[in-house]
Amino acid sequence: MDEQRVRHFPLTRDSALAALRSGDVAERARGLETFSSAYWGPVYSYLRLRWHRSHDEAADLAQEFFADVVQKELLARFDATRARFRTYLRVCIDGLVANHDKAALRQKRGGATAVHVELDEARGEMERLATEPAEAAFEREWTRSVFSMALRRLRADCEAAGKLQHYALLEGYDLAEERPTYAELSRQFGISVSDVTNRLFRVRRQLRDAVLDILRELTATEEEFREEARALFGDRAP
Amino acid sequence: MTLDDRAVARLRRAVREPDLAQTKYRLAGVAGSGGMGTVYVVEDVELRRRVALKILDVVDPDLEARLRREARVLACLEHPGIVPVHDVGTLPDGRAYYTMKWVQGDRLDRYLSRPIALGDRLRLFLRIAEAVAFAHAHGVVHRDLKPENVMVGPFGEVLVLDWGLAKVLDGAGELAPAPGTEESAVLGTPGFMSPEQQAGGSANVDARADVYSLGVVLQWLAGPGAPAALGAISRKSMAPRPDDRYPAVATLAADVARFVDGANVSAHAESAAHRLLRVAKRHRVAIGIVVAYLAGRALIFLSTGR
Repeated sequence: MDEQRVRHFPLTRDSALAALRSGDVAERARGLETFSSAYWGPVYSYLRLRWHRSHDEAADLAQEFFADVVQKELLARFDATRARFRTYLRVCIDGLVANHDKAALRQKRGGATAVHVELDEARGEMERLATEPAEAAFEREWTRSVFSMALRRLRADCEAAGKLQHYALLEGYDLAEERPTYAELSRQFGISVSDVTNRLFRVRRQLRDAVLDILRELTATEEEFREEARALFGDRAP
Repeated sequence: MTLDDRAVARLRRAVREPDLAQTKYRLAGVAGSGGMGTVYVVEDVELRRRVALKILDVVDPDLEARLRREARVLACLEHPGIVPVHDVGTLPDGRAYYTMKWVQGDRLDRYLSRPIALGDRLRLFLRIAEAVAFAHAHGVVHRDLKPENVMVGPFGEVLVLDWGLAKVLDGAGELAPAPGTEESAVLGTPGFMSPEQQAGGSANVDARADVYSLGVVLQWLAGPGAPAALGAISRKSMAPRPDDRYPAVATLAADVARFVDGANVSAHAESAAHRLLRVAKRHRVAIGIVVAYLAGRALIFLSTGR
């Protein structure tokens, strides 16, 4: 690991949010993949909890939401000075659901005129949303997504480096219901206790870096990145 | 991979735990966490003692500057009421830390959840005030005094913690303001910070800001139904204008000490009846002896006529 990476915030691939607005198709696809990996779970659970949609409806609406992110360039309208990014996303989802419901109602009545809800109007709901359990679920799912993505990347990196045992140590120690002792892991993996601790801490650091990389990709500004990192690594949940 | 909530919690804990492999410390437990980082209990394997290790949760240049500055402030303040710092360093993952004395005890807010007599509470307050007055004498204003930032040890010893927001007054060394603590920043804890801190003007904050916070702490320690004189001391400490407060923590402490001794306090003008009652209470033993003597003499006079 180079000195620069250790001492400062990690140097990562470009922001997924910037990639989503790129003119390059491949870059947009990469941005959407990262973005949807991180937000599929939160968006889906929010639709289920906040809007009481069935599994199929929530999945369809989530699909529609991610399509809108690219086609309607929803993220271009995000203003970091007015709201947190995830609050803005929830407002976008609310707008989508409202449009969807109104369109369905008109269709029932025989008309099929498209309805558009201004996002600025929906922003008035932000304060109310902040107190609802669906918001907490959205945040919790987001944390889960970030760690799941980080684990997938870590596994792939370990595999590519021929060090899958490092990943297995992390699984055996930090993902176990009850942490085994280092001596137990040493016996299980047939390596010395000092190798267990050294490899475990190394792979934990890799996981930490992977999480920071993902946060970097999913945040729009340096300030937001720092805030997210403090929340995720600190005592309070984001 | 689907992670359940407990797995996510374990991973969050795992990535936060410091890698101490290249240091002389070994992790022993978690002591607590705050806005800036986490405090762990670690074993110093060379000296074979437990110390507290405060470490940032993330690599952040601004927070690192604050942490290092806090350690330097602590190093300047050698007092039994201020936790001594041992060591400062950076871990391989880039996070800064410092180690300090590990105090086995309770935070003041938790310590006082048990029933403790008012006099004992006030004696704790006087120890806090003594430590803060010492810092002021060395040009350091704490700026975040509150029960959560005071530790009470097993023998009733008091340690004032969390000097991360401290302001170093002119001429008190080379401790430049930490990033995020400059001129316009609002620093402190709502409910405990002075009006001048709430206004965000660091330049206007001096030792009297700590007098204000200690006034809030005193009010909290005294609880509801506190004696009028004690209420007057709190109110004077918490005056909106710094000029209307006690000019120094030592003056505030002196008034509280007078209250504890049953003497008249400067913040409270009492009625003649109250004064008589207070003096009687204060000298109740001497008065009791005189009354007993007079009663005895009266009994002898009545029975013998002499």
